[in-house]
Amino acid sequence: MTVADPGAAAAAQPPVDRIRRHQWLATAGQAVRTPRGATGLGLVSFVVAVAVIGPFVAPDPPDALLTYPFGKPSGQFLLGGDFLGRDVLSRVLDGGWLLLLMAVTATVIGIGAGAAAGLSAAYLRGRTDGVIMRTVDVILAFPQLVFALLLLSILGPKLWLIVLAVGLTHAPAVARVLRSASLDISERDYVKVAELQGMRPAAVMAKEILPSLSTPLMVEAGLRLTYSIIIMAGLAFLGFGQPPPAPNWGTMINENRAGLALNPWAVIIPAVVIALFTIGTNILTDAIGRVALGVDRRPEEAALVDDLAPAEGGVA
Amino acid sequence: MASARAARPEPSGAAGSPPTARPRPGRAAHPVLDLLGQRAAVGVFTLFVVSVLVFLATEVLPGNAANAVLGRTAAASPAALHRLEAALHLNRGVADQYWLWLSGLFTGNLGHSLVNGQPVWGYVEPRLIDSAVLMGVSGVIGAVAGVALGAFAALRKDGWFDHITSVTALAVTALPEFVVAIGLVILFSTVVTHLLPGVSLLPPGTYAWNAPQLLILPVATLVIVIVPYIQRMARAAMIEALESDYVEMARLKGVPMWRIVLVHALPNATAPTIQVIGLNFLYLAGGVVIVEYVFAFPGIGQGLVNAVDNRDIPVIQFIVVLLAAFYVFMNIVTDVIALLATPRHRIPR
Repeated sequence: MTVADPGAAAAAQPPVDRIRRHQWLATAGQAVRTPRGATGLGLVSFVVAVAVIGPFVAPDPPDALLTYPFGKPSGQFLLGGDFLGRDVLSRVLDGGWLLLLMAVTATVIGIGAGAAAGLSAAYLRGRTDGVIMRTVDVILAFPQLVFALLLLSILGPKLWLIVLAVGLTHAPAVARVLRSASLDISERDYVKVAELQGMRPAAVMAKEILPSLSTPLMVEAGLRLTYSIIIMAGLAFLGFGQPPPAPNWGTMINENRAGLALNPWAVIIPAVVIALFTIGTNILTDAIGRVALGVDRRPEEAALVDDLAPAEGGVA
Repeated sequence: MASARAARPEPSGAAGSPPTARPRPGRAAHPVLDLLGQRAAVGVFTLFVVSVLVFLATEVLPGNAANAVLGRTAAASPAALHRLEAALHLNRGVADQYWLWLSGLFTGNLGHSLVNGQPVWGYVEPRLIDSAVLMGVSGVIGAVAGVALGAFAALRKDGWFDHITSVTALAVTALPEFVVAIGLVILFSTVVTHLLPGVSLLPPGTYAWNAPQLLILPVATLVIVIVPYIQRMARAAMIEALESDYVEMARLKGVPMWRIVLVHALPNATAPTIQVIGLNFLYLAGGVVIVEYVFAFPGIGQGLVNAVDNRDIPVIQFIVVLLAAFYVFMNIVTDVIALLATPRHRIPR
């Protein structure tokens, strides 16, 4: 499938001979060459660089009390001090990598679990489909943040639990999208051939169906990564993140907002870094969606319009 | 993706499945009632499962509530533990406990907060009202603004307004609520200007409408966060309507533009827009948690965060079930309104 093939969603009707081995790489490459894709990639790369290289170039230890509480920026402390008098710049440089790592892990968990559930529901049908989709309905009955808070209140605020909770709350939405994307792929001839050759269901799903889902997977991964950061930073902001002395962009915003009038940079800089990252992932995802679907709409919008007109032979 | 869904071969007959996909010749006279009944049944079932899960998770998994509340203060003496267990009915069987709790949900007898001993309903009720005001005001303003912006962008598709709003929307949808909230606080109540109160602490006994100026920043935050979604959806729906055959027909026979937009296109763009507005009310149910926390606005979101902080289990249980009920209810309402707003779906096939 190429860009010159408008409206052909990956899930729709690409003829078999056009499915390439690394279709997703080609799509991603095209997306990155559009202005939006390039902007998104630039923003994401910048924030990732800050988070990854930051700890090695931070001028001071992040936990050391070096200046006045909410001290103004100076030549020695470029961004001033936080509420305890720690160096804001060092804490910003140190406070991102774990947040990003946790968000990426949660996204991988969510996409993995969601894809497995959605694919199984679409391919196995029948009772499996029913059970999976009803479970999805139940989890979707909670707002994501509330579900995460509920899990944390039960089992205590542990980092792996936050990752797992956020990942799990992604899974139902991913499962829905991938279920509908794989429903008609599982009816294709090459899938039937594989079945007739005696391939086991798990192998059919992994080797025959999954490769055709690279586009919805990529778009979902981008969306979920954005939401992961939003939710994780939000949880940290609410006080459910790394325990206190550790620097974390979300936590910093909350800790230092009492001193906004004294040293606003202690709040502004972490907020801006988080915003740049989420805006970057969102723009990049949008670019991928546009290239892959050839539609001037975001996938979730397409899905919504679609839900209302299921029998009319498609809307886009 | 579009045609993938359209080609869905098998109606799953439950929430999330298309309302029209259940042709049942004998009694298809009221597709709306049909859908309503079906969705309500699924909704009640979902809520039942939710209540069981919430109950089991909070009551049974982590030792028990008595340990949680006493363990927080000091090492619990066995006698104190027993007294509290009896007060919380923890000495009964799980099914009994669940039944007591479930009937409490309907009679309003929800027990007492483990932290301050207040009755749960008395603690949650004023918060519920304030949150409802916050969500209602934000939802209405957001919906009107979003639809207006979306329709306008669609009318001048690919014009400068369309481009600016679409790029802005893309950026703003990606912003976490607390970043928007902090940005507004910086702009309007601390660093840049001091025009608005940055803290929405309501005096006890007063409600949000007694102090409307305290609502401005929380509402503004929520509106900023939801408008882009509604705008994009309204735009997409409007463009689709404007490019349809019947609008083409109306244009060809010389119907004036305002009439095409208001009479022909807008009604057909309503259904998907209503869905997205409904989804945004759902979103607001989660979004208020952070926004209320930022502004110290005494709603259920802030109540939930405090309760989680203190492991105040009866309060957590009630607020979570309340939010889930709102979610399920709004889903049904949204679907039914969207169905009513789509004439072709009202007719039985």
